[in-house]
Amino acid sequence: MTQVANAETAGTRGPGAWTIFRRNRLSTLGFAILVLLLVLSVVGPWLSTYSPTDTTAGNPLESPNLAHLMGTDELGRDLLSRVLVGIRVSLIVGVIAAAVATLLGITVGSVAGFFTGRVDDVLMRVTEIFQVIPRFFLAVVLVAFFGANLINIILAISLLSWPELARIVRAEFLSLRSRQFVDAARVAGASTLFLIFVEILPNALMPVVVNATLQVGQAMLLEAGLSYLGLGDPSQISLGLMLHQAQQIMRTAWWSTLFPGLFLALAVLAINLVGDGLNDVFSPRSRER
Amino acid sequence: MAATHLLIYALRRILQAIPLIFVIIIINFFLIHSAPGDPLDVLTGNMETTEEYIEQLRSEFGLDRPLIEQLGLYLFKAVQFDLGYSLRYRQDVIDLILSRLPPTLLLMGTALVLSSGLGILLGVAAARRPYSFGDNAMTFVALASYSMPVFWLGQILLLVFALHLAWFPVQGMYSLRAPNQGFGRLMDLLHHLVLPAATYSVYHLTLIFRLTRVKMQETMTLDYITTARAKGVSERRVAWRHALPNTMMPVVTVIGLNFGFMLAGSVLTETVFAWPGTGRLLYEAIMARDYPVLLGLFTVLSIMVIAANVITDVIYALLDPRVVYK
Repeated sequence: MTQVANAETAGTRGPGAWTIFRRNRLSTLGFAILVLLLVLSVVGPWLSTYSPTDTTAGNPLESPNLAHLMGTDELGRDLLSRVLVGIRVSLIVGVIAAAVATLLGITVGSVAGFFTGRVDDVLMRVTEIFQVIPRFFLAVVLVAFFGANLINIILAISLLSWPELARIVRAEFLSLRSRQFVDAARVAGASTLFLIFVEILPNALMPVVVNATLQVGQAMLLEAGLSYLGLGDPSQISLGLMLHQAQQIMRTAWWSTLFPGLFLALAVLAINLVGDGLNDVFSPRSRER
Repeated sequence: MAATHLLIYALRRILQAIPLIFVIIIINFFLIHSAPGDPLDVLTGNMETTEEYIEQLRSEFGLDRPLIEQLGLYLFKAVQFDLGYSLRYRQDVIDLILSRLPPTLLLMGTALVLSSGLGILLGVAAARRPYSFGDNAMTFVALASYSMPVFWLGQILLLVFALHLAWFPVQGMYSLRAPNQGFGRLMDLLHHLVLPAATYSVYHLTLIFRLTRVKMQETMTLDYITTARAKGVSERRVAWRHALPNTMMPVVTVIGLNFGFMLAGSVLTETVFAWPGTGRLLYEAIMARDYPVLLGLFTVLSIMVIAANVITDVIYALLDPRVVYK
């Protein structure tokens, strides 16, 4: 029955995805901010006149002025050029960590939901364990023990971020696996991999996309938290690392904490707003309007 | 009858939680042995020490015996609440952590009461006039504070209210010159508590607000609400007396299930304000690479989270007669 209903609505085609997305003004704003930040993070290093590591860029602890719009730190480095690099590093960490977590979540969730039975039981027990262990503290010990470098940080974050998605994908698979179109493909002799990846997964993609988007923001905040506690990669200028360094000098230099945090919050907010908008696009209700 | 059922359910949930605690301890063991370097570096926390102490550690942890025996020994120690010894603090790790727990619980408890109360209040208000200007504004503010790192919010509040306006102390729990007992000391403590508790509340408030708002909106469309309205019950009474009680269940659950997330927020907040709790201890342990303390904190904080999960489930069963204890 629902198949038929879906086919009918697909035939009459409601408004396009972009139209629905744009209805949510805040999400459109978020999208614009995100694009702006992405452009800034790519072309930023060419825009700024100083190298982010140049200690002769200005005098130590200059407050924001025309030569240094965000001021300088205690070593005389230009904060604007550091923030521009920082946005890039934070975004890269967020995107890669979310991508790895999404892949893990899809794999575990689809295997559990497709095969059900014992496989499902075992995988869901493991998922539950990962959900209960406080992930921030596990990330802290993992990075503290294995070394604070970008790869370990990304791995620790993604290793702890997949369970939620695995559960979502599993639930989708459980409801999709016995649908007629899957049976039809199975009878036609499709392999298990074909059934999982070509027949079922595309139908379960909507919640995956929304979740993956929100994960990027969460991963950026986790990285910032780790860096703030002194577990950031000292060779990579992330916004979190800047906030960690600012803790020592912020009492005399308010600009050292205000700007990196502001841009981090802006980026995460933009991502969350875009996630909300995508949720609208995928929810069947908004097609009806 | 129902009471025994509930008791059995509670016991079952506690028994189910025990394997999880073992998982935590096994992770600790795995970390000690797979981290780069010698397990002894980990156990001494990178402190200079004597040859005797090294020998003592070697026999205590059975480091020359097969790995599986070492694991058995480690589990046996953990079951007796022996989480190792910190050379840096010259104290047993478990005692050290327990002595730092009260400030954390005070901060978390205060913030939790504040943020839940205010969050539910604002959530109900927003849900009563969905998509009004007030609702949209509150939703946006909630999303914005949800998107900022909690420690940055703390840093900004500290800059404005402690350094610029000097309304509140910059850090710590007590002033040096404060009276060391009685009412004066309590006032001093509260004065120090304001900023960290506010930071942490704002962050947590957004979660409660968003959840209450969504659940209230769902509840308000149900039939029994329409019935109440048809009877002529005032809108205010419908929202607060009829809809809110049914909204409370999922809110309570989410508070319980987010305990780990909340604990992480508390740790970061404590670091900003040098609040002398477990969060501050974690920061010091990371900075000094004091691995026994780090692992001990991971264990204790994880057990707290697992316990919070069990307690939430039991409270849920207690409140909702529809839950089947199986």
